[in-house]
Amino acid sequence: MPAMFISIAIEDSVHKDQELCNRLVSMCPVDIFEISEKSQLITVEENLDECTLCNLCIEASSDEQIKIEKLYRSDSN
Amino acid sequence: MRFYEYEAKEVLKKYSIPLPKSLFVKDSDSAFNAAQNLSTDVVIKSQVLSGGRMKAGGIDFANSPEEVKEKSRIILELEINGLLPVGILIEEKKKITQEYFAAVTYDGRAKKPVIIFSDMGGIDIEEVANSHPEHLSRTHFSAARPFSPFTAKNAVAAVGVTGRELNQLSAIVTNLCNLFLERDLTLAEINPIGKLEDGSIIALDCHLDMESEARNTHSALLAEIGVPEEDNRQSRPPTQFEIDAANVDAADTRGVAGNLTEFDGNLGLIIGAGGGSLTLFDAVRAAGGKPANYCEIGGNPSVAKAANLTKLICSQPKVDKVAVMMNVVSNTRVDIVARGVIKGCIEAGFDPAEKIAIFRIPGSWEEEGFALLERYGVDYVDRSVSMHEAAQRAVEKMKGI
Repeated sequence: MPAMFISIAIEDSVHKDQELCNRLVSMCPVDIFEISEKSQLITVEENLDECTLCNLCIEASSDEQIKIEKLYRSDSN
Repeated sequence: MRFYEYEAKEVLKKYSIPLPKSLFVKDSDSAFNAAQNLSTDVVIKSQVLSGGRMKAGGIDFANSPEEVKEKSRIILELEINGLLPVGILIEEKKKITQEYFAAVTYDGRAKKPVIIFSDMGGIDIEEVANSHPEHLSRTHFSAARPFSPFTAKNAVAAVGVTGRELNQLSAIVTNLCNLFLERDLTLAEINPIGKLEDGSIIALDCHLDMESEARNTHSALLAEIGVPEEDNRQSRPPTQFEIDAANVDAADTRGVAGNLTEFDGNLGLIIGAGGGSLTLFDAVRAAGGKPANYCEIGGNPSVAKAANLTKLICSQPKVDKVAVMMNVVSNTRVDIVARGVIKGCIEAGFDPAEKIAIFRIPGSWEEEGFALLERYGVDYVDRSVSMHEAAQRAVEKMKGI
């Protein structure tokens, strides 16, 4: 079943920074990120709804490279 | 975790509580041999984890090995409250001149262990408490300090027992209290304790319950008396619903969402938080509701875990609606549980707004949780509505009020 509550957008610039990609994979407490076979940072669909909104990924990146959207909020950030 | 009588008596023996001679057997031929080794008059006792054995015919008397064999055969095939015996206890029959009652359990209100003692044993102790309160004593003691025999003596003397009986009974009660404390029991009851014609005193029947969480601590004792590790000692085999819920809980180490017991009602319950599940279960019943299950959810389960439990409960044909209710939560997050129950409902093919009778989980991240519930049209309340009021509302909704 696709994620119902949380959507995460990854800006293209993230993929160019392998160190950041690895950091995001290791720091997410609910394993939302993984590195694809094409060395791209992607989200794991089945884990998206587990997002605890800890914002560690946002703090680790910069300039809105990672955006978390709460799909249940009309004023989602 | 309840013990069979024959196991409980092995435990009592270790605590020097005097008992009649007995042998546990599993077939009528062994019963015949046991009777030959004991005495002429014996009692044959069905070993089932159920009360009411005497009324159901699970206890009988015999005065020859042949009679023991015949009656054992009948008792071994006798189902009591849906349970077949695991064997029978052949015990020498004693002539009793007086019966007493002694039990140790926890008094939840006093938050202490309590000794309940009566000189009117052998009958329903609640009946004694109602009709002859002067024949029953309640004596609290500390679980934190070593037990004092003086406390046991006070408990026995409080119903007017004196002399040799007082000394003998106090020793039994002291040993029972030490057993209760040392073995993490939740109930240690001997009923009746019998006074024999020669003045000696022995334990005739007993009921021991051990805290399930203490099984590992006392694994050596359990192994010694032959309790297999896999024996969960429930009063009935688990239902498929209960097995499935245990699997949901075991599949994900995050938090708790399981410990489910099935009941025959139509209101599914997703309940928990600091004793909240027991309170809420009782509140639903007090409001006239019929729970389809008891369960425990807490410790911040994952969304998937909460969803899988919800999906399982919603999928039971007898469940019309579910009530999601908890005490005020701190480490469990409201929004995470809300996500889980909504997802579980949808995955089971139901509209959360219709299927969830009420959502009452106040506490950590409640603002986020309530926003989510609003989005899906789920009826929710905050902490200004008590657990009892929330249960009442859920039951009213079931009745279409």
